[in-house]
Amino acid sequence: MRATTADRAQSAATAYVICAAAWLIPGLGHFWLGRRQKGVTFLIALTLMFGFDLWLQGALFPFQLSEPLVALGALADLGMGLPYLLARATGAGAGNVVAITYEYGNTFVIVAGLLNMLVVLDAFDIAKGRK
Amino acid sequence: MVIFSLFVSVVFAVLTRDDPKEQLKFGARLFGGFIGAGILMGWLLYPLPL
Repeated sequence: MRATTADRAQSAATAYVICAAAWLIPGLGHFWLGRRQKGVTFLIALTLMFGFDLWLQGALFPFQLSEPLVALGALADLGMGLPYLLARATGAGAGNVVAITYEYGNTFVIVAGLLNMLVVLDAFDIAKGRK
Repeated sequence: MVIFSLFVSVVFAVLTRDDPKEQLKFGARLFGGFIGAGILMGWLLYPLPL
């Protein structure tokens, strides 16, 4: 049976809801779409990467438009979704600039955020039936 | 570097491959590539003054 326009619109809306869920909790989009192995793997790997940032005393960058590189870092950090928002709300991720592991921590959280953005795009493609 | 490579390899392998065996093969290659490139870059940069 062919899908009507209304059906397609609803599935498009669902795809965006799945994207939002996938952004908020890494791996939730894949879990929702029935790809549980992938979802669990993303959840564990990306959350651990984010945890490593905090453990290594890296910073969660603030949105400072006067400092373009810091703003880009903040945008990448934001890709982690709920863990980032929780850490910001609780004051974690202040960073310790003099710690020898500071830059390593920053790298972990920036890459984790960017990887989660890729995971969200992959969930969107799956939801739209492209994969 | 090893831990970072491990996480990135796992995520990329799971993201780009569907079959678990393929994921393992691709992840291992990616991980080896990361480590190899890291060691190579380290030696290439070694003679440079700080």
